[in-house]
Amino acid sequence: MNAPQPTTATMTQQRPAPANGDFTTALKDAGLATLVTFGLSIPILSFRTDQSQANELYLRPRWGLVLVACALVFALRFVLRLYGVRWAAARQVARSRKEAIRTTTEKPRGLAHRLLALAVPVFLGVALAFPLLSYFAAGGLTESRYWVDLGILILTYVMLGWGLNIVVGLAGLLDLGYVAFYAVGAYSYALLSTTFGLSFWICLPVAGILAAFWGILLGFPVLRLRGDYLAIVTLAFGEIIRLVLINWVELTNGGAGITSIPRVSFFGVPFTNEEGGFASLFGLEFSPMHRVIFLYYLILGLALLTNFVTLRLRRLPVGRAWEALREDEIACRSLGINTRNTKLTAFALGAMFGGIAGSFFAVRQGFVSPESFNFLESATILAIVVLGGMGSQVGVAVAAVLMVGGPEMLRNLGFLKAVFGEGFDPNEYRLLLFGLAMVAMMVWRPRGLISHREPSVALGVRKAISGALVKEGHG
Amino acid sequence: MRWLDDPILDMQHLTMRFGGLVAVNDLSFKAARGDITALIGPNGAGKTTVFNCITGFYKPTEGMLSLRHVDGASFLLERLPGHSIAWKAKVARTFQNIRLFSGMTVLENLLVAQHNPLMIASGFTFLGVLGLPSYTKAERAAMDKAKYWLDKTGLLARADDPAGDLPYGAQRRLEIARAMCTEPVLLCLDEPAAGLNPRESHELNELLLSVRKDHATSILLIEHDMSVVMEISDHVVVLDYGTKIADGTPAEVKHDQKVIAAYLGVDDRDVEKVEAEVGV
Repeated sequence: MNAPQPTTATMTQQRPAPANGDFTTALKDAGLATLVTFGLSIPILSFRTDQSQANELYLRPRWGLVLVACALVFALRFVLRLYGVRWAAARQVARSRKEAIRTTTEKPRGLAHRLLALAVPVFLGVALAFPLLSYFAAGGLTESRYWVDLGILILTYVMLGWGLNIVVGLAGLLDLGYVAFYAVGAYSYALLSTTFGLSFWICLPVAGILAAFWGILLGFPVLRLRGDYLAIVTLAFGEIIRLVLINWVELTNGGAGITSIPRVSFFGVPFTNEEGGFASLFGLEFSPMHRVIFLYYLILGLALLTNFVTLRLRRLPVGRAWEALREDEIACRSLGINTRNTKLTAFALGAMFGGIAGSFFAVRQGFVSPESFNFLESATILAIVVLGGMGSQVGVAVAAVLMVGGPEMLRNLGFLKAVFGEGFDPNEYRLLLFGLAMVAMMVWRPRGLISHREPSVALGVRKAISGALVKEGHG
Repeated sequence: MRWLDDPILDMQHLTMRFGGLVAVNDLSFKAARGDITALIGPNGAGKTTVFNCITGFYKPTEGMLSLRHVDGASFLLERLPGHSIAWKAKVARTFQNIRLFSGMTVLENLLVAQHNPLMIASGFTFLGVLGLPSYTKAERAAMDKAKYWLDKTGLLARADDPAGDLPYGAQRRLEIARAMCTEPVLLCLDEPAAGLNPRESHELNELLLSVRKDHATSILLIEHDMSVVMEISDHVVVLDYGTKIADGTPAEVKHDQKVIAAYLGVDDRDVEKVEAEVGV
C-alpha cells in the first residue's frame, strides 16, 4: 500500500519543469472531468422547480450555474493535474522513506501518538463534565437540553460502535445487520415493561441476554460463510427482524410502534414532581432535566462498561483468539482453536452490547417503532467502526463524535451566509459537506483514524503495530 | 524397522479424491515414535494432501489414520473435528506458505498457540474478566513457555515486533516455535527449509534434532531439500502420483531405482519396463 512508486517519482525527478506532454494530458483530463460534471449537472443543477403566484410549478433554467460549475471543475482539475500530481509524488516518496525507517526501527511515536495518549483522559474528562459544561455554555438547565440530548445520542453510538467493534474490528466478521440486535434489545424492554411491568433495571440485562441469544441463533448457520456472503446474510437478518416487527402486529403493534414505555427511574425513585420523587428526595427544585442528565450518565456508564469489557477481553485468550481469527483462520484451526465457538462468542458479545444499547434507546425515547431500526442505522454504526480504525477503541469514540455530532454541528453554519449571501441555507448542504468529509477521510486515512494496533501483551516496551501489517479479516 | 514396532502414526489405505482426481491413492505407512519421518516426492505427488488429511483440513475419502499416545490413548484422526486434532490428539503443523498472525507480535503468536490451556485457566473467560490471580499465574507460565521457545529459535530479541516484520527465515522458525507451544506429540512440517540459505537450513536441522531429543515429539516432514532429508531423517517415505513408491531408511531410498526414476526420469529404452513395474 505504501510502497514507493518509482515510476512517477523518477519521472518527476528527471523532468523538473512541466513539459509539453504534461500540459496536453492535463488539458485532456480537465476536459474529461468537465464533461462528466456537465453530464451530472444537467439533472441536478440546470433546472429548478419553482412555484408561481398561481401555485403552479414551473421550471427555471439555471444554465449560468452549470457554466460556473463546469468552469470551476475545469480550472481545478487542470491545476491539480499539472501541479498536484508532482507534489503528491514528491510527498509519496518522502512518506515511503519515512515509513520504511519507521517499520524497521523503533516504535512510531510521532505527534499523533502523543496526542493520542492525551486524548483518552481529555475525552473522559469532557464526557464526565459534559452536562455541567453545557449548563454553563447554554446558561441554564432547561436551555442545555439540546446539548445533553446530543451527548446522549453520541454516546449511544459510541456504545454501539464499541459493541460492533468486537465483531468487525477484533474478530474481522463483517456484520451489516447489527441494528437487528439493537432492535431486539429495544423491543425486549418495551414489551417486557409494558406487558409484565418489569422495571428497567431488570430488563437491561435481560435485553442483553436476549440479544446475545439472537446473536448465537443467527451465528450458527451463517458463520461458515465468509466475507461478502456473511455480509449479505447479516444484512438480510437485519431486514428480517425489521419486517417481523412491522408485520407481527399482535405482538409488536406493527408500524405504529409501542408507546408509553415506562420512563427510567433513579434506581426505583421516579423522576416526578411529587412527594417521593427524585427532586423532593434530594431537596431539589423539580426539573425534567434531572431525568435527561441521569440518562446521560447512564449511557456513559454503559458505554464505559462496554469499553472496559472489550479492553479486558483483548488481553484474555478469547480476545487474542478473535484477533488471530481475523489474521488467519486456517492457522487458528491448526492450533486447536475452535473457530466456530470463537466466532460465536464474538457475535454473541457484540449482540449483547447492541441489545443493552437498544433497551437504553427504548427507555430514553419512551416509544419504539420499526422505523428506528432500518439499514441506515447499521450502515452508520459500521461507518463509525471503519472510520475510527477497526479494532481501535479511541478511534471508534472519535468517529462516533464526528459521525453523529458532525452533521449536527453543520446545522450551525450561519457564518457561511456571509460568504454566499443571505439566500444561502447551510442546512441544505449539510449532508453534502458531510459526504465530502467522508470521501476526504477515505483518501487520506483509508485504514481509519487510528490504523495502528496496540499489542495486547509485551515482554519489554509495547510498540504500536503499523496498520499495513494488520489484516482486516475476510469474513 | 523401528516404525513397525511402535508407530505413533499408523496410516492405512488413505485415499483422497477430488472429483475425478485421485490425489492420494491407497497410501499406507507407519511413522515411529521419536523418529523424524520424511515424506518426499516430486511436485504434485500428494504430500501436502496427506498432511491436510492428517491435520483435519481434508476429510479423507477412504482410509484410517490412527495416532497413539505414549500413555496408550489412541485417536482416529479422520473422525476428529479439525481443532480437536491439535488440542486432543496433539498434532501440530506448519504451512508451506507461512501462516503467521502477521499483525500480532511474535509473543502474541505464541500465546495464541496456547489458547486452550489458557482458556481453561481463565474459566472460559468468565473468571479472567474479573482478573483472578489464578489466571494471571497461568498467563505468566504461558509467557515463560513462549520465552523458552523464543530463546530456542533465536527470536527473543524480537518478541515485541510484529510477526509480519520478521525476515523470511525467522518467520519459518517462529512458525515452528508456535506449533511447539501447543506441546504436540507429532509435529508436521510442510517444507520447513524452503527458501532458507544453507546456514539457516543447518540451524533448522539442529532445531529439529533438539525438538525430537528434548520434547518427546515425533516429526513428520515434507521436504525437497535433500541435505535436510538425508541428514536428519530416520525414515523416508517416497510418494509419486499419490502412491507410495519407496519406504525405508534414507540410505535405502537413495539407491531405490523407482525413486531415481521418479525424480530423474528413465532412459528411453527402459520406459516400458519401468511403467509396467510401477503399474502406470
